[in-house]
Amino acid sequence: MNSSGKLILNETRMFLREPVGVFFALAFPSILVVILGCVKSFRSPSADLGGLRVIDLYVTIAVTLVVAMIALASLPSILASYREKGVLRRLGTTPVHPAMLLVAHLVVSLAAGLVSVILVMGIGRVVFDVPLPRQLGGFVIALVLAAAALLAIGLFVAAIAPNAKAGNAIGVILFFPLMFFAGLWAPRESMPPLLRHIGDYTPLGAGEHALHEATMGSWPHAGTLGVLAAYLVVFGLAAARLFRWE
Amino acid sequence: MDTTSQAVIEVEHLHKRYGRTVAVDDVSFTVERGEIFGILGPNGAGKTTTVECLEGIRKPDGGTLRVLGLDPRRDRKELRQRIGVQLQEAQLYEKIKLGEAMQLFSSFYRDPADWRRLVDELGLADKRDTAFQKLSGGQKQRLSIALALVGNPQIAILDELTTGLDPQARRDTWELIEQVRDRGVTVVLVTHFMEEAERLCDRLAVIDSGRVVAIDTPGGLVARVTTEQRVRFRPAAPLDDRLLTQLPDVTGVTRHGNQVVVTGGRDLLQAVTSVLARHQIVANDLRVEQASLDDAFVALTGRNIDN
Repeated sequence: MNSSGKLILNETRMFLREPVGVFFALAFPSILVVILGCVKSFRSPSADLGGLRVIDLYVTIAVTLVVAMIALASLPSILASYREKGVLRRLGTTPVHPAMLLVAHLVVSLAAGLVSVILVMGIGRVVFDVPLPRQLGGFVIALVLAAAALLAIGLFVAAIAPNAKAGNAIGVILFFPLMFFAGLWAPRESMPPLLRHIGDYTPLGAGEHALHEATMGSWPHAGTLGVLAAYLVVFGLAAARLFRWE
Repeated sequence: MDTTSQAVIEVEHLHKRYGRTVAVDDVSFTVERGEIFGILGPNGAGKTTTVECLEGIRKPDGGTLRVLGLDPRRDRKELRQRIGVQLQEAQLYEKIKLGEAMQLFSSFYRDPADWRRLVDELGLADKRDTAFQKLSGGQKQRLSIALALVGNPQIAILDELTTGLDPQARRDTWELIEQVRDRGVTVVLVTHFMEEAERLCDRLAVIDSGRVVAIDTPGGLVARVTTEQRVRFRPAAPLDDRLLTQLPDVTGVTRHGNQVVVTGGRDLLQAVTSVLARHQIVANDLRVEQASLDDAFVALTGRNIDN
């Protein structure tokens, strides 16, 4: 196996050997869907939600939760620890550029995220009869853009965090308000219009909005996708400029 | 081609600064194929910066560098195939197993060594399935050496290899480095341990405040600064210093409590013992001390290495 393959294999092993990380990335979003789905009233259509059920909304919210867990709760602290411990510096003395380790980590993060998203949507579909996205192409585009924007923010945090502890702290501090706007505590549909409007300019709020639109069968609004693209470009460039290898 | 005296590293007037701080002022030296070359100096002398420039990790602000005939910056990629580097205090993934780390790093090189044999030779065979975080300090250092050697390098650059190790682990590591040299690998060893430099290095560059103070064999450095000997004893009866200072071989007499320390030339011991015998004074705890690399370092730099 070549060095990129080995690096990806190794990142996979390191990911699987952190039970807490595996739980929150792979299991927690699905468990959330199961718990909410067990609440009887969440399974009955609500006039306030335009005839949708609470569980219908929470499947897409859980999808944004997967993205947030991986990009904000896990990535910054892991990459900052690689720098803090000198793993990146050590790699820099070999023929392999340390950027390859970042790429390997992103590949594994995306793969883990994909598995978790499939689990969430599969459980929603099979157990709670939540329909799959009607506009699948739009859903994929929204998911890819949201994941890319959040990973860019995660990389930015990893770039500015002086150590693993700080990376973890900043990631978690961002996690709560951003997940709030995605509707983790109260779905966007039940938010006051002002709050929902503000949320549309936050990365996870825009992400959830776009995913929800595609699930309902329409193409995500161009402005919403534009917000995600803007986060991707701004934080991606900033991370690339500011990232230090040691 | 003459392979016995072939320079594998050539450094001329290396200069490197970080902002306004000059880390390396003016450093020049050459390293010959197959030797253990030491870079000795106190903390902050510029040793690590010097080797980081050799490794191509840092861009020098001045001077020329050739490593195996390559430019460390321009030919960085090729150079990294041919040198192995052990960094000061670099850790690894906490949960990677030793064997996995060796396998991973060996995949980075064109022509890697057999990592299983390397692990055996370094006495780590029974640790292959142990996670990095469960290894002892000495085992981590040995793994670090193994990782530096897994690419079959022609030069191994080892930075502060034994810092933080207990004396036994340190001695074991020294033996390892000699084995590495015996495999035909040129070793550049950065250290601030006198004993280590004296024991291991074929030649040494003493660096202080970003400059090379001297380059020589350990013995040559000692001989360069002093031919002085020191005799230390505790006289059993009162002793008049003048008995000693009159002797032609004696250059100085000092007292530390009830100890007398006499310094002088080559025949100092003979001269001191015969004058004591003549006056029937027994010399208790008689000891002859020769100058060490420590003394040479103090003489060359005007200070002790540890401060």
